[in-house]
Amino acid sequence: MEFAPIIEKVAFNLLKYAATVLPENAVKAIKTAYENETNPVGKSQLEAIIKNFETGSKLRIPMCQDTGIHIYYVEIGADSPIEDVGKIKEALENASKRATTEVPMRPNAVDPFGSNSGDNTGRYIPWINWEIVPGDKIKITAFPKGGGSENMSTVKMLKPGVGIKGVMKEVVDWMIQAGGQPCPPTVVGVAVGGGADIAMKLAKKQLMRPIGEPHPQKEVAEIEKKLKEAINTTGIGPMGLGGRTTCLAVHMDYAHRHPASLPMAISVQCWAARQSAAEISADGKVKYLHHKVKE
Amino acid sequence: MAVVKLQTPIPEEEIRKLKAGDIIYISGIVYLSRDEAHLRALEMAEEGKELPLDFKGLALFHCGPIVTQDDKGEWHVVAAGPTTSSRMEIFQDKYIEKFRISVVIGKGGMYERTAAAMKKYGAVYGAFTGGAAVLAAKAVKKVKGVEWLDLGTPEALWIFEVEEFGPLTVAIDSHGNNLFKDVSQKAEENREKAYEIIGVSK
Repeated sequence: MEFAPIIEKVAFNLLKYAATVLPENAVKAIKTAYENETNPVGKSQLEAIIKNFETGSKLRIPMCQDTGIHIYYVEIGADSPIEDVGKIKEALENASKRATTEVPMRPNAVDPFGSNSGDNTGRYIPWINWEIVPGDKIKITAFPKGGGSENMSTVKMLKPGVGIKGVMKEVVDWMIQAGGQPCPPTVVGVAVGGGADIAMKLAKKQLMRPIGEPHPQKEVAEIEKKLKEAINTTGIGPMGLGGRTTCLAVHMDYAHRHPASLPMAISVQCWAARQSAAEISADGKVKYLHHKVKE
Repeated sequence: MAVVKLQTPIPEEEIRKLKAGDIIYISGIVYLSRDEAHLRALEMAEEGKELPLDFKGLALFHCGPIVTQDDKGEWHVVAAGPTTSSRMEIFQDKYIEKFRISVVIGKGGMYERTAAAMKKYGAVYGAFTGGAAVLAAKAVKKVKGVEWLDLGTPEALWIFEVEEFGPLTVAIDSHGNNLFKDVSQKAEENREKAYEIIGVSK
């Protein structure tokens, strides 16, 4: 069966909804932060954020002018009856181009040696993360990532001797230094192990977890909780103007590491935690996972 | 904490009255420049070339908007929230000195060099909620013009006619106060407490 035409249509919808409607779990997390905020300046920032995304969602216009660089996650079930895997890349590129003019999304793909391509596509962009998974479904996630929070990413190659405590200290130090720049309240993705590239890939992937959902392993979940509390103790607050909520959650994961290395990565998500995913079953039926999509 | 409505061009004495923490709304002209447009304006000024707009007394907005152009060629703003201002720290002081703008609008705050220039020449930094692009776009009445489109739409010099653009929190005033600096100093003081929570020491 040919899936590329379905994928193109689905990916367009995913970009459109990701850019204009905040997923329910993010809405809930920000509204809870607003209720708990005691600093008047911080509270005013959260109020503006809520008013902004509610208006954007009602009018179906992007909640932030930075509609991100286009990133997709594609999971293909090993038993999927797909016959046109080779056409998925083009389908996703077409979706990005169409979304640029029709949503509209800001053209955010710039040739480092030249100019803005104007349509959100270019060399390696949109970036596609491919994965073969068990089952017969295809899952597409659109994850447009804003530049302000992305600029607050980092990879550090720590000495294994500093241990997990050392990792935690790096996270706290890094988020103090980041201050208001990544548009807090943020979600902080942290990963250790693997290698430099693996740690960053895992850290970024944590941003797609429903906000505040703990890691399934108790000891990792415990570290997430402590890091969240520590970051919020700083008082940096919404937009760095002071307050109780600097981060909505810390999501952590790990890979086994080389004996000589302790790589760690931090990936930061601004309050506009935009994403949208859909599952396409073997018979071509589409189920949207974050949004009620009206065609 | 006063709420003040301002009309561009804003006289220096109006700016001098503002204190960090005040809320301001701007009507008149807000123009947009990010990294590239700052660089170009400064280069042109250095070469003695005439700029497409007299920036004096206006509000500069660190923003790369989403815009659409209709069949008649007119531009419309879809979304226009602030970008991270700290990237402009490298030349904002020189820019303020050269062009004597009254307000810099952005997000995330700016540092010593900018604050010093604001004190010396009479300007303020108005923090606009990051990402609040829909609210910003709603205050834009008209796109008055655009220059330097060769830089791409996010980097071009957009000229907006706005009505009650805000709320902007005066985060750096013209007397040397900087809210972002206060918050980061407090965060520094709280570092020990944060370390205690995770069980580490300095």
